[in-house]
Amino acid sequence: MRLRRIFFRIVMAGYTENELAEDLNQQEYRYGFVTDIASDVAPAGLDEQVIRWISEKKKEPQWLLEFRLKAFEVWKSMEEPAWAHVAYQKPDFQAISYYAAPKQSKKYESWDDVDPEMKETMSKLGISLEEQQRLTGVAVDFVMDSVSVGTSFKAKLAELGIVFCSFSEAVQEHPDLVKKYLGTVVPMTDNFYAALNSAVFSDGSFCYIPKGVRCPMELSTYFRINAGGTGQFERTLVVADESSYVSYLEGCTAPQRDENQLHAAVVELVALDQAEIKYSTVQNWYPGDKEGKGGVFNFVTKRGMCETQAKISWTQVETGSAVTWKYPSCVLKGDGSIGEFYSVAVTNNFQQADTGTKMIHLGKNTKSTIISKGISAGKSQNSYRGLVQIHAQAENARNFSQCDSLLMGSECGAHTFPYIECKNAGAQIEHEATTSKIGEDQLFYCQQRGISEEKAISLIVNGYCKEVLNQLPMEFAVEAQKLLSISLEGSVG
Amino acid sequence: MLEIKALHASINGNEILKGLNLTVKPGEVHAIMGPNGAGKSTLASVLAGKEDYEVTSGEIVFDGKDLLELSVEERAREGVFLAFQYPVEIPGVSNVNFLKTAMNEIREHRGLPALSAKEFLSLVKEKSALVELDATLASRAVNEGFSGGEKKRNEIFQMAMLEPKLAVLDETDSGLDIDALRIVAQGVNTLKTSDNATLVITHYQRLLDYIVPDYVHVLFDGKIVKTGGKELALELEEKGYDWIKS
Repeated sequence: MRLRRIFFRIVMAGYTENELAEDLNQQEYRYGFVTDIASDVAPAGLDEQVIRWISEKKKEPQWLLEFRLKAFEVWKSMEEPAWAHVAYQKPDFQAISYYAAPKQSKKYESWDDVDPEMKETMSKLGISLEEQQRLTGVAVDFVMDSVSVGTSFKAKLAELGIVFCSFSEAVQEHPDLVKKYLGTVVPMTDNFYAALNSAVFSDGSFCYIPKGVRCPMELSTYFRINAGGTGQFERTLVVADESSYVSYLEGCTAPQRDENQLHAAVVELVALDQAEIKYSTVQNWYPGDKEGKGGVFNFVTKRGMCETQAKISWTQVETGSAVTWKYPSCVLKGDGSIGEFYSVAVTNNFQQADTGTKMIHLGKNTKSTIISKGISAGKSQNSYRGLVQIHAQAENARNFSQCDSLLMGSECGAHTFPYIECKNAGAQIEHEATTSKIGEDQLFYCQQRGISEEKAISLIVNGYCKEVLNQLPMEFAVEAQKLLSISLEGSVG
Repeated sequence: MLEIKALHASINGNEILKGLNLTVKPGEVHAIMGPNGAGKSTLASVLAGKEDYEVTSGEIVFDGKDLLELSVEERAREGVFLAFQYPVEIPGVSNVNFLKTAMNEIREHRGLPALSAKEFLSLVKEKSALVELDATLASRAVNEGFSGGEKKRNEIFQMAMLEPKLAVLDETDSGLDIDALRIVAQGVNTLKTSDNATLVITHYQRLLDYIVPDYVHVLFDGKIVKTGGKELALELEEKGYDWIKS
């Protein structure tokens, strides 16, 4: 994604899809460059030795090493899931290197100490931390490959007792918190990729918001895959203590690579009583080229646990990856808790996406909303897969789901797999679904007003996704709009 | 400004226009009348460049340019505006955003700088008043949930914003009550200058009580069979289209 912060321009001038299109001058994947920083890479392959090596490298406590080894045992007994509506060459797990850290042993004293080449990478991504700090008020924890290289605004957050740091740092400095919550929402036994991640996760982000604190800024982390042939296994853990609030942004880019790269992250959200977590993702991992060669495999497990009257809201704009397998979910455990899922998933060329959500209603008076917008173009396949599960004790549960699919061209596919399991007769469940094609008459109408076909498509698509884009923080929404246009360039006609 | 010579056009192999000739000069208002199926809307679509219609022979010269060589959006940018009989809804796209995009495309084509948000908004205010369009409609999604009358007024509002050289009104009076008709006509009349021209396509005479044409043409079976002044419309109203056919 383009991470350039254009927030201020927008506030001053307003932003139209027109300006948006003007800003687009490049059709190819924008972030296809490789930074040459001597990496500290683990040898390919996975066995107990490698796991011990990673753990030692990170100077982890014994309990975490045991956690990893146990997960590895579990993983060995599991098989890769095959139920998703995607077809791909299974990764060779012994050919992947499980750890790559930029070789830079000492901690940075100040921003000036940061490796210039690393800065260059960041500025290509458009997120120089200096600019970030000066202009936007967004605290960024930048993850390059597996090690977090820069965290800003830490001091300010610390005043409020907020912890926002890399996962490894949290393990060293807040081991009790990590130990208490790690694996509680996504157990290592959950699925094949969650088990793999639990065994080999390298780094990620950790966030803790204390009781009653409203985090004053959007917390944001950018992940990207850098070294060739390495998988990335982040671990994100966000804990919002009672009556707290946090909005968390996650953006992803990956350089262009020929071989498929594996990305298997785990994100766990814990919203304690009356807490609220808003988690927004804009994802554009490299989707592969126009012939379907290369691209990232994105097999991610994301789940949130809502205690009494807590609320978790997932918003995602997915335009990247060759294969996506992802279901950000909410376990509505506490009475009166709320889960929301807003999603735009775009697939073009040969991309395949099987994505959706799970809303598990356990508590009384729990509520969930699902708004899913799929856009398929080229020869891509786009599937929505969702589960709404109402347990017997979940009195008065309510769900509303809306799944819309938009097709561009005649060679793509849109699929919807909604599962509903209801064990309580008092539940109220609504499901709406539409499938449409971009209308010739809509395009003609726009063109008759002087708007080019490309801009007309961008306009219509952004209008179609508006309900989801509106959920994103403003600067993120603009980037998401741009991403949609980039992803769909040249897909009609 | 507009010269149509021996125009033949067909859709799905059926010939609809069969040698149509028409000349429109700046400052003029022309009315095209005719029975259903005569080819009135086909003429509007062919002028705008809708792909479904195939021009088999003839030519259209607009402002010295071969209109048939231009794409739909190029024609629009050159100043051809079509007020649609059935305006299209675009969910989620605000009227304002839609118009701003259109205006800036047209301005860019004409070598003009993009309008600032302030200039644009004051223009929206001025022009929406012209057709008594509720200001809140400007921020709603394009034509979504608009009443029939609001859609038509929105078309004239867009026309006012885009200031075309040639405005083609395709059955703009259909589905309008008398008040809306008056408002729409008033808008069109206010926008009239000595540099632009209007082509009013209509089945009924009543719109022409409000938009007074310089010429009235009767289109029948793909050709213009009779041309006269505004009194021709009244005569048609009285005698019906059978009068032409016989």
